[in-house]
Amino acid sequence: MEPIIEFQNLRVEYPGADRRTAVKVAVDGLNLAIQPGEVFGFLGPNGAGKTSTMNVLLGFVPPTGGMARLFGNDVSLPISRQRIGYLPEMTYYYKFLSAEELLRFYGKIFGIPSAVLEKRIDDVLKLVEMQDARKKLIKTYSKGMQQRVGLAQALINNPDLLILDEPTSGLDPVGRMKVREIIQRLKHEGKTVFFSSHELGEVETVCDRVGIMHQGKLRVEGKVADLVQEHGLNLEHIFLKMIGYQHSLAA
Amino acid sequence: MNVVFCISALVVKELYRRKDFYVVFVLTALITLMMGSISFFNDSSMARYLKELCLFLVWVSLLFISVGAAARQLPAEREQRTIFPLLAKPVSRWQLIFGKFLGCWWSTGLALMSFYVFFVILSGTREHEWPLASYLQAATLHWVLLGIIIAMVMLGSLVFAAPSSNATISVVSIVGLMFLARYLNKIALQQPEPLSSLIYALYFIIPHLEFFDVRDLIIHHRAAIPWWAWSVAVVYGLAYVAMFLGATWLIFRKKRLST
Repeated sequence: MEPIIEFQNLRVEYPGADRRTAVKVAVDGLNLAIQPGEVFGFLGPNGAGKTSTMNVLLGFVPPTGGMARLFGNDVSLPISRQRIGYLPEMTYYYKFLSAEELLRFYGKIFGIPSAVLEKRIDDVLKLVEMQDARKKLIKTYSKGMQQRVGLAQALINNPDLLILDEPTSGLDPVGRMKVREIIQRLKHEGKTVFFSSHELGEVETVCDRVGIMHQGKLRVEGKVADLVQEHGLNLEHIFLKMIGYQHSLAA
Repeated sequence: MNVVFCISALVVKELYRRKDFYVVFVLTALITLMMGSISFFNDSSMARYLKELCLFLVWVSLLFISVGAAARQLPAEREQRTIFPLLAKPVSRWQLIFGKFLGCWWSTGLALMSFYVFFVILSGTREHEWPLASYLQAATLHWVLLGIIIAMVMLGSLVFAAPSSNATISVVSIVGLMFLARYLNKIALQQPEPLSSLIYALYFIIPHLEFFDVRDLIIHHRAAIPWWAWSVAVVYGLAYVAMFLGATWLIFRKKRLST
């Protein structure tokens, strides 16, 4: 079966601010494949290279070397993003639109026919419990409401792959639970989910497989149960070990 | 083109919700109406001065509306980071640039149409003449000029650090092009080589915005320009629009998305 996401020897470098500053290697030789229907947790401390990897995947940054594919297409092609939904970590939406207008705008970009789109808008707003505020401008929303609109826009095209960047950051416990429920529901529908998170408990709950990045390299990758058995540690301790904190753990 | 039209419709929506245009339009209308209500020594040629003043206000208003709108499009997307969820959809960077351009151009076109309708009614009711072909030529050439300005300012928004500096430099450049560009060939003749050739080259490279200023046709009741000349001017203007947008895309395709 063809992987939905595929990285082959991916390398991402950022040039230094001037000639004396060294080039920063954000991702170094990443090889990874995500299969259809998987929920994959992409872990790592800040600066590990997770966001750079996601930026390549979404076509925001060209890879310096190697290759990244979505549904078998090179990520530089806009068509590769036709079947994905993306939820950024922070809420970056047009404040002069209402939730309904924002969803209609994104839906039209995907080329969804009007009748289907209106039904889809109703469905996703119901899913994220935003029907009552659908006509209010986004600038009047609380952070939690904006995050829910973000989730709605990520689902507007009924994506086969959902890419979530810290999906629960800034949400209250109820909001986090709701996001977890939605991920579980998508998993049962056979969708693929690729998400980065610092919430290890959450990752352990919803993920089939995890990968831990550190200093641009993929340190470990596998099923959570297999990793726990192999290392004799829980996921949090495996994470700390992989990023070089085993001494403090022993202490 | 679906994506381009979606983005342009979003720009139009943003601009009419910002209300800049209404303020400028009401101010222009008020000043013109006040001037129009005054009668100096029962001078019948007053209507011509009034038309000149009204057209000048329309030109200045539309210059500021178009520069203001175009200067903030790409920087605002990058600063507010709305560009990330947008480009995570099947949208390419040239579609974003072209959509933003079209949105600004249509918005200023709507504003221009409102201004000219107001102007035609005002001058028609005072002079009892309706030279519609001249009005049509003046309005369409003005619209093409706004297209060049918008494309130029969008290019500037990727070159200059802040929208405010871009807007200031653009306005100064546009005014310079409008009033000085036509004399560059004469200046070149008075210079020694190689400066003469350089100024001549500049004369042929820069867009001659004065070609699009046919206000005199409607102020002084001159005959409409031949339609072939009008067509050449439109093609000339659109060629500059394409060049500026092409340059914008060349810079933007390699540009980091965050500021």
